[in-house]
Amino acid sequence: MNRRRFIKYSGLTSTAALVPGFIQALVAPFNQLAFQGKRLVIVQLSGGNDGLNALVPFRDDNYYKLRPKLGIKADSLLKISQEAGFHPALQGFKQLFDKGYLSIYNSVGYPNPDRSHFRSMDIWHTGSNSDEYFNTGWIGRMLDANCPGSEKPYYVIEADDTLSLAMKGADKSGFAVRDPEKLRNALRDPIYDDIQKNNTHLETQSQLGFLYKTLAETTSSADYIYSKSKIYQSTKLYPQHEIGKSLKEIAELINSGIESKVFYTSMSGFDTHVRQLETQNRLFGIVGSAIETLVDDLIASNNFNDTVIMVFSEFGRRVKQNASGGTDHGTANNVYIINGALKEQGICNPISDLTILEDGDLIHQLDFRQIYATLIEKGIGFDHTKTLMRKFELLDFI
Amino acid sequence: MITEQQKIQHLLRRSGFGDSIKNLVSESFETNFNSVFTSNSKFEEIYLPDEERITTGELLKMTPEERKEILDDLAANIKKLNLEWLKIMGSAKGQLREKMAFFWHGHFAVRVRGFAQVESYINTVRKYALGNFSDLLMAVSKEPAMLRFLNNVQNKKNSPNENFAREVMELFTLGRGNYSENDIKEAARAFTGWGIDEDDTFLLKENQHDYGSKTIFGKTGNWSGEDVIKMILARKETALFVVRKIYRFFVNENVDENQVKLLADKFFNDNYNITNLMKSIFESDWFYEPKNISCNIKSPIELLVGLNKTFGISYDNPQALLVVQRVLGQMLFFPPNVAGWAGGRNWIDNSTLITRMNLPKRLAEAADFEVAVKDDMNDESPGAMRKASNRNTLICSFNWELFYQRFQQTKEEDLWKTMCDYLLSSINLPIEPENLKIQKFDSKSSKIKAYSLYIVRLPEYQLT
Repeated sequence: MNRRRFIKYSGLTSTAALVPGFIQALVAPFNQLAFQGKRLVIVQLSGGNDGLNALVPFRDDNYYKLRPKLGIKADSLLKISQEAGFHPALQGFKQLFDKGYLSIYNSVGYPNPDRSHFRSMDIWHTGSNSDEYFNTGWIGRMLDANCPGSEKPYYVIEADDTLSLAMKGADKSGFAVRDPEKLRNALRDPIYDDIQKNNTHLETQSQLGFLYKTLAETTSSADYIYSKSKIYQSTKLYPQHEIGKSLKEIAELINSGIESKVFYTSMSGFDTHVRQLETQNRLFGIVGSAIETLVDDLIASNNFNDTVIMVFSEFGRRVKQNASGGTDHGTANNVYIINGALKEQGICNPISDLTILEDGDLIHQLDFRQIYATLIEKGIGFDHTKTLMRKFELLDFI
Repeated sequence: MITEQQKIQHLLRRSGFGDSIKNLVSESFETNFNSVFTSNSKFEEIYLPDEERITTGELLKMTPEERKEILDDLAANIKKLNLEWLKIMGSAKGQLREKMAFFWHGHFAVRVRGFAQVESYINTVRKYALGNFSDLLMAVSKEPAMLRFLNNVQNKKNSPNENFAREVMELFTLGRGNYSENDIKEAARAFTGWGIDEDDTFLLKENQHDYGSKTIFGKTGNWSGEDVIKMILARKETALFVVRKIYRFFVNENVDENQVKLLADKFFNDNYNITNLMKSIFESDWFYEPKNISCNIKSPIELLVGLNKTFGISYDNPQALLVVQRVLGQMLFFPPNVAGWAGGRNWIDNSTLITRMNLPKRLAEAADFEVAVKDDMNDESPGAMRKASNRNTLICSFNWELFYQRFQQTKEEDLWKTMCDYLLSSINLPIEPENLKIQKFDSKSSKIKAYSLYIVRLPEYQLT
C-alpha cells in the first residue's frame, strides 16, 4: 500500500466516526418499515467456474475416470448427500447448506451453448437465446419497464467502477459505485456544480436533456449512497480480496436501509485452463467465506430473510481434464441461491449425470432464465415477461 | 440559420473525426467538401512490420502449451493494431475512409483472437469502405476472421452450421422479417465448405460443399455461396437496411424514412456505390438543418479521436488508451457481439458519463486513470489484464502552442463564444461566461487553455 492509498483509507475510517448518531436513528427504523418484497444480490464468478469440482458427484465413476488428476477424492469432500459433496475449500457453502440457507440448481444453462467467455456471458447478461443479440441486460430492462421503485437511479447498484451489460437498459441503467467516498469526492470538482446550476435542459427527449438528467442523477445518487454508506459500519471480518470489499459495501448499504433492490458484483480468475487445483482452492476459500460473512451481517440486522443471493458463472467446464492440469470451457453449471427463508432448500434438481454428455460436455437440464424469472416474479414482484421477453416456468425456491 | 463555420465543422465531425489542429487556415465550405472526397483516393494497408504472424497451419503443429503462449502474444498484437488504427483515424488525411471503415467495423462486427486474421479483415474493410457495398460484402464474407467468428469453418455438407447464413441476412443485409427460416437453412447449404486453408486464406473445400439443389427466396438452383450473396444484393430491402443504418450513424438516430427511401433507391440503382451515397448525404440541405446537428451521442472512439485531433495530443504510453476504450465501452476489434455496438444512449451510464467528462482533465494533467477495469473476456490468462491495468496513467502532451494560434486574432471578451462555436456542435451557448467559476487568468493563453479544457468536459461536447 503506497502512502497516498494509506491516507485515503485512514481518512475513510476517521470520517466514518463523525457521522452524527441522529442520522442513524432517523433512517434505520423508517426503512425497515418501508421495505417490501425481496432484494437481490448477484455474485458473478467470471471465467467459467468448474462446477463439477465445486459440488462433486462422487458416486459417478465417470467423474474419476475423466479426471484422474483433477478429481477430488471422496473422503476429503464436504458431503451434503449420498452422491454430492462440496470442494473442501467451500466450508462457507457447507455451513450455509447445513443451516438450510442454500439451494443448489444443477446443470443450469441454455440450448446451443456457446463456449466463448464473452459470448456466453453476453447471453447470461442479456437473457437472450444463443442465436439472438440483445443490447440491453435483463436487469436493465426491469428499469426500462418501470418496475416499481425503479424511478430511483440507485435502484440497481453494481459494486464496481464500471457497469456490466446486465444492468444496462435502453433508456435507464443501473448505478456503478465501487467506493462511495471516492465517487462522491470525484464529483466535488466545481465543474459539476457549475454545469448543473446552469442547466436549462429539463426535457429528456433530446440526447442533451438525457445527458443532463444522467448527470443530475449521478451527483444526487452519489451523495445519497455516500450518506447511506456511513450509517452502518460492518464489524465482521471479510476476506482481504476485492470480492470481500464489494460484499462488505453491499452489506453496509443494505443494513443502512438503502432503497436499492438489486446489487451486483463479480469476482474473476475462474478460467482454470492450468493449475486448477491450486486456483480453485484459493478462490473457493475466499468466495465461500465472503458470502458466509455477508450472510452473518444480514442476519445481524434482520435483513437475511428478504435478501436473495444468487451465485452464477457464464459456463461450467469440460468434464474431461485437459493436459495442463486444468479444464477447458464447457457448458452447463451449478447456480447457488442463498436466503434466510428458502421454500425449497438443498439440492433442488438431479445432480449432473456424467454418463450422458454431448461432445464431452454436460447437457443443460434447467434454463437459467427460469431462475431469473423466479427472482423477478417472486422476489421483486414484477412481471418477468416484461423483461425476459418470454414466459418461463417459475421455480419454488422462494 | 447556421454559420458557414458551423456547417464546415458539422461536415468534418460527421465525415471524419472533426477538425485537425493543423488546419489553421480556414478554407471555404466548398474546399472542405471537396477535400473530404479527394483525400481518400489512395489506400494504404495498416501493417505492423515487426510483429510475428502465425498461420492456422503452424498453430496446429504446436503443443497446447506452445499454442496458448503464442495466442496470448497474438492477442497483444491485436491491441497494437487497435492503437495503430486509432492513430490513423487521428491523422488529417483520408478521414472519410477511416470513418466509413469504422462504421463498417461496427456493421460487420467480428472478434477473433488471430492477429493476422484481424489485420487482414480490417484492411479489407478499409480497402472497400468507399467502393461498392457488393464488393465489400463479398470480400468480408470471405475473410478468415468472419468465417471463423460466425462458425462457417464448421459449416459442412453433412453437418451444416447456419450461423453465418443467418447473420449475413439478419444483420448485414436484409434485416429481420425479409427472409424465412427456410431461406437461412438453404443458404447455409450454399455456404458449406467456405473455409480457410492452412495459410489463412479463403478456400472452398469442395469435399465439404453441398452441390445439391437449393431453394432460396423462392428460386431453385444449384446455388453457390457467391450466388446467395448476389441474390441478397438483388433485393431492394438490402439497400434500405444498409442506408437506414448509415443514416442513423452519419445523420440522425431518429430516422426520416422518406429521406432514407430516396437515398436507398439511388444507392440500389447506382450499384451500391458508397462514395456517391455519402456525397448525396453531405451535399443535401437537410443534412445541415439544426435538427440534424448535435443530435447524436459521440461514440467513445469519436470522442477520443476527436480530442486527439483537436489538441494534437501525442502519447508516451498509448496502451493506456486501450483502458480508456474499454472503460467507455468501445474497444476497436472487441465488439460486444456480431451485432456490433448498440450506440446512442447505450453509451451512457453514470460511470461512462463521468469518465467522459473527466477524461480531458486527466489527459491534460497526465493523471492516474483510476478506474478498475473488468476482466477482459478475451484474455485467457488471468494475469494479462492485471498487467494492463498497471498502465493506466495517461502520459501525453497537448500541442498548446499550435492550439493558441487558432485564437490569436480573437478578442479576449469573445473567446468563450468563439471557442464554444469551434469545439461544440451545439448551436447555442451552453453557459454564459460570467457564470463560470474559473475566472482569473494571468494571460490570454492560460485563459484559452482553461476555457478549452472546460468546454470539452461539458455534456454538450458528448454530442455530435
